[in-house]
Formats: sequence, C-alpha cells, structure tokens
Amino acid sequence: MKSGMKQKILKSPTLYTLLSIALGFLLGAILLFLIGVNPAVAYGKLWNGIFGKPKFVVYSIVYAAPLIFTGLSVAFSFRTGVFNIGAEGQYIMGSLAALVVGLLVPLPAPFHAIVCLLSAALAGGLWGALAGLLKVKKGINEVLSYIMLNWIAFYFSNYVINQKAIHTEQGADASRNILKSASIRMPEFFSRLSGCTDIHWGIVLALLAALLIWFIMAKTSFGYQLRAVGYSRSAAEYAGIDSKKVFLLSMGISGMLAALGGAVQVLGMAERIAQFASQEGYGFQGITVALIGGTNPIGCIFSGLFYGAMKYGGNKLTVVNVPTEVVNIIMGTIIIFIAITPSVRTVLLRAVRGEGGK
Amino acid sequence: MLLTYLGLLINAMLISTPPLLLAGLGSCFSERSGVVNIGIEGMMTIGAFVGALAAYYTSNGWIGFLCGGLAGALLGLIHAAACISLHADQTIAGTAINFIGPGCAVFLCKAIFENSSDSPALDTAAKLPKMFVGVFPAGSFAYNVISTYSVAYLSFLLVLLLWFVFFKTRYGMRLRAVGEHPEACATLGINVYRIRYTAVILSGFLAGLGGAFVTLATVSQFRPSVIVGQGFIAIAAVIFGKFTPQGTLLGCLIFGLCNGLRSLLGGSNLISPHLLSMIPYVVTLLTLILFVGAGHVPAANGKPYLRSK
Repeated sequence: MKSGMKQKILKSPTLYTLLSIALGFLLGAILLFLIGVNPAVAYGKLWNGIFGKPKFVVYSIVYAAPLIFTGLSVAFSFRTGVFNIGAEGQYIMGSLAALVVGLLVPLPAPFHAIVCLLSAALAGGLWGALAGLLKVKKGINEVLSYIMLNWIAFYFSNYVINQKAIHTEQGADASRNILKSASIRMPEFFSRLSGCTDIHWGIVLALLAALLIWFIMAKTSFGYQLRAVGYSRSAAEYAGIDSKKVFLLSMGISGMLAALGGAVQVLGMAERIAQFASQEGYGFQGITVALIGGTNPIGCIFSGLFYGAMKYGGNKLTVVNVPTEVVNIIMGTIIIFIAITPSVRTVLLRAVRGEGGK
Repeated sequence: MLLTYLGLLINAMLISTPPLLLAGLGSCFSERSGVVNIGIEGMMTIGAFVGALAAYYTSNGWIGFLCGGLAGALLGLIHAAACISLHADQTIAGTAINFIGPGCAVFLCKAIFENSSDSPALDTAAKLPKMFVGVFPAGSFAYNVISTYSVAYLSFLLVLLLWFVFFKTRYGMRLRAVGEHPEACATLGINVYRIRYTAVILSGFLAGLGGAFVTLATVSQFRPSVIVGQGFIAIAAVIFGKFTPQGTLLGCLIFGLCNGLRSLLGGSNLISPHLLSMIPYVVTLLTLILFVGAGHVPAANGKPYLRSK
C-alpha cells in the first residue's frame, strides 16, 4: 500500500521536472561559488529581479510570449516524431513577414495587425513545410534542411532590412519601426496600471495558441493521426493514414507557431528588426521550453513563463557583477537531467519495488 | 592578376575549412557509432575558449590547441555518459550541451577576465604557427596557397587517417557495425558501450580542436561570436558527405570555398555581403536536391542501446 503510493509519486513526470530544475540551480550555485560569487546574492538578485516589483512580474510574462510560441512549435513537432531544430529560422521568417507587412502595407488598425500575424504564420508555415517537402520528396534529412534554412533565413533577414524601403534613416543598423496601426501593444491604460511600457497582447495570443494546440492534439481526429504517425509511421499507414500528408502538415503547423512567436515580438515588443550578428536563439530556447514543459502544450505555458522570467531576471545579474550566462548553464543542466529521467525513474522504481517485496 | 585572386581565394579557403573539417570528422566518429551528436557546436565553443585561455597563459599555441581539444572531450564525456549509460534522448542531450558549452565558455571568460566576454588578444607566439613562410615571396600565388597553418595540413591528413581507421581497421569495422546493429555486435562479444564511449569522446576532442583553431589561428582571441553556427555547418557537411571522412571533406571544402569568396568579395560593393553569406547554405541544399539525394544514415543512430542482463 505504502509502496504503491511511493510508486505513484515516482512515476509522476512533474516530480522529475522539478527535481531537474532544482539540480540545475544547484549546479549553477556551485559554479558561482567556484568563481567567488556568493550564490545567495546572485539568486537573491535573480529572485528580486523577477518578483521584486509587480512591474518585473509583468515584464517576465511579456518576455515569455515568444518563448511559449517557439516552445509550442517544438513540442508539437516532437509529438509527431520530428525534431524541429528549425524553429529559429521559422521565427525569423515570421518576424520578417510581420515587419514587411507592418511597414509597407497600410491598413486600418485592428486588421493591420491581424494581417501581419497571418502573413507571418504563412511565411513560417511554408518555411517549415519546405523542410518537410525535401524530406518527403527527396529523402533529405530534415535536421540538415532545418539547419540550412535557419541560416538562409538569418541572412535573408539581414538582406531585407538593409533594403532602402525598409532600412531606417537614423544611423542604426536596423529597420524602420512598424506603422502604429500594426502594433499589438495594449492600450495605455494597461501599461500605466502595470508599469510595464512594453505590455502587449502577445501573451494572450500565446495562451490561446496553447489551448488550441492542446485541443487539436487531444480532441480531434487530425491530432490522433499526428500522434499515430509520431508513434509509428508504418503502423499509421497500415491504418490508412496518409503519413506524408500528415507529416507535411505537422511541419507546417510547427513552423507557423514559431513564426507567430517572431511576429508578436516584432509587433508588440521590438517594433523593428535590428541586423543580427548571431541568431537570437528563440528557436533553441523553444526546445528547452518544450522539454521542460514535457512536450505538452499546457506544460509549455508554465515552462515558457519560467524561461521568460529567467531571461528577464537574468539580465539584472550584471548589476551584481554576475555573468548572465549562468542562466544558460542552469537551463542546459535542467535539460540534461530531464533527458536522463527515464533511466533514473527505472532505477528508483526498481528500488521501491525491491523494498516492497521484502 | 587573376592568379593572385585565385591564390587569395584558396588562402581564405584553407583558413576557414580546418575548423569545420576537424569538427566534422569528430561528428563522423559519433554518428557512425550510432550516437547523434548535435552538441558539436557547444563542444567547439568550449574548445575555442579553453584553447585561447591556455595559449594566453602558456604563450604556446600548441598547448592551447591541445587543451581546447581536451575541453571538448570533457563535454563529449558528459554527452556519452548521458546518451550511452543513461539512455538519454541523444538530440535532447546534444541541445543541452549547446547551452552548457557556450554558457560555460562566456561565464568563465567573464569570471577570469574582469567581466569581459572577450579574452585578451593573443600575440603571435601564442598562436598556431604557419608552415613554409619564407619559402616563396610574400603575396605570390604559391605563397598564398602553400604558406598556411600547419593545422590545416594536419586536418587534411586526418581525413586520410580516419578513412583508414574507419574502413581498414578492426576498430573501424566495429565502430560502423555498432552504429548499424548494436544487438548483433553484442552477441559477437563486442563491447558496444566501450566503442561508443571512445567515439563520442573523440568527437568532442576533435570538435574542441576545431574550435581552438578558430581562436588560435583565425581570430586570435575568444569572443562569444567566434563559433556561431560552425558546429552546425560541420554536422551539415557530415550528412552531406554521407558520414564518410572523404565526403565530409568535400562538404567542408564547399563551405570553406564559399567563406573564402565572401571574405574576398566582401570588401567590394558588387553583391550584398548578406546574399554572399547565404550562398553555402543554398548551395548545400541545391546539391542535395539535384545530385545527392538521401544518404544512408547509420541504422542505430539516435536509438539508445540497452544492454540486456
């Protein structure tokens, strides 16, 4: 009875995620200690940077919006047996499409932003499906095409923002700002209420997207087909599912989600795109969000908020002379512990069973 | 005139190819043994930093180079332990390595060099040496082609060596077999774990060397942006080259040539530098679409091997 209870607890994936997070912070603390920083001071600053003022909490949530989108993108692809390492490129294509439409296609206010979001989804969807097409038609390893497409998108974005119609006249290596009508900033009332001047509708859109993806995965026959293809392509085909079509669609949808992340960031936060020196990493951070969220759409909301807070709070570590990179190390450690969860669980369960048998 | 340009192009290519090639050959090892190693990027970055650090304190490029390799090997060991002994999802573990490697590199750099994310510039003695420097007059075609880093020569020789190891030795045969059907190998008494451990650690070592080459030859200091993407390009070259050392060489040369073109034409306003930078990636995709098509991926790639009791 008692061991049954123990087994139930030990089977819960949430336990291992929380344990992994704790171990990540522990390793981070050890590293900080080794370079002569008091971990309590650093983590105190981090905590304060996130929860110190209501404004900070709101900022953390704002930071989470694009991460939830890229996390959903990767989680969705995982469930269909694809590893979307191309979310970075789809994110860039989405932000670029939103920028170009937001800058060059004047439309009345609410529609303009909607058209921007739709064009971003289209661009990212096509970008993601392109890798799928190469896989289905030519058998080209999707990891390879994703990596290539990431860099092509990266340089394409730099090329486009250097065009005369897009580039700003004011010195900076960046595009002009999007038109006011394309902005998805919340009305001034909200920014005054929260103290966060960058508050925008992105987080609301991210939550809606998460719910929608959850619904599609869990409650529709299309979602069932997706998962069937993810478990076993041959079994799915035997059951009459057109696995190639499902595969293409899932890569397209995954691309759309990543692209929307880029779009909300441009339309709500940055309002322009600066020339990149290196990839911003939202796609790769999305992989982390998806993994911490257990590749579950609802889980991605929480892990996205967690990552957003770590990013926002982590920025403030420079104030106490702590390298912000400790956040990346903590995140990497968390993922590696999550990755070894299955073996650890087996060992623990075996131990408990052995104990119960005595 | 044309000859001078050709010489400069080859020179630029010989500088940008070795890091990709070293990392790519490393990736060959790991992938052939059945362990996907997407963490090459992180292993290169830590190699780049530790290489620069060791060279800075010892004023010896070769010691730096070796230390860079060892740092990569250490991350390789972590990847191996997670993937082989603990059956982690290999792509996920690799992603973690890509957070930990660059994270640790910049973190340590800031800790050691008073919060600067760049390491101090290395003087010539602390860099890797060039070969045949005084043989031809500087600026001549032969000078540009022949007088390059000895590590560049080394990396090309390594292709030959690896080809020999993979296809002509018992270890190589076992390595390839383990990547195709580990269960069958185990019944023949081959220690699957041991072969995979050596392969993954070696892949980290070579990736670390590749990273160290960047800081010790090309850039002469560590900056957070020294590697960006080269590890992924190396992986792409390996898939392009169908997991063989000679194919990887071809893939790396294409990227190296395009990089050479970029640095040569970058100064002129003939063509946008951004479009130029895009060329290697477009060329790779097009070559795959038009000529190469699907390659054979080691059958056990990505699948954890569980030793039965």
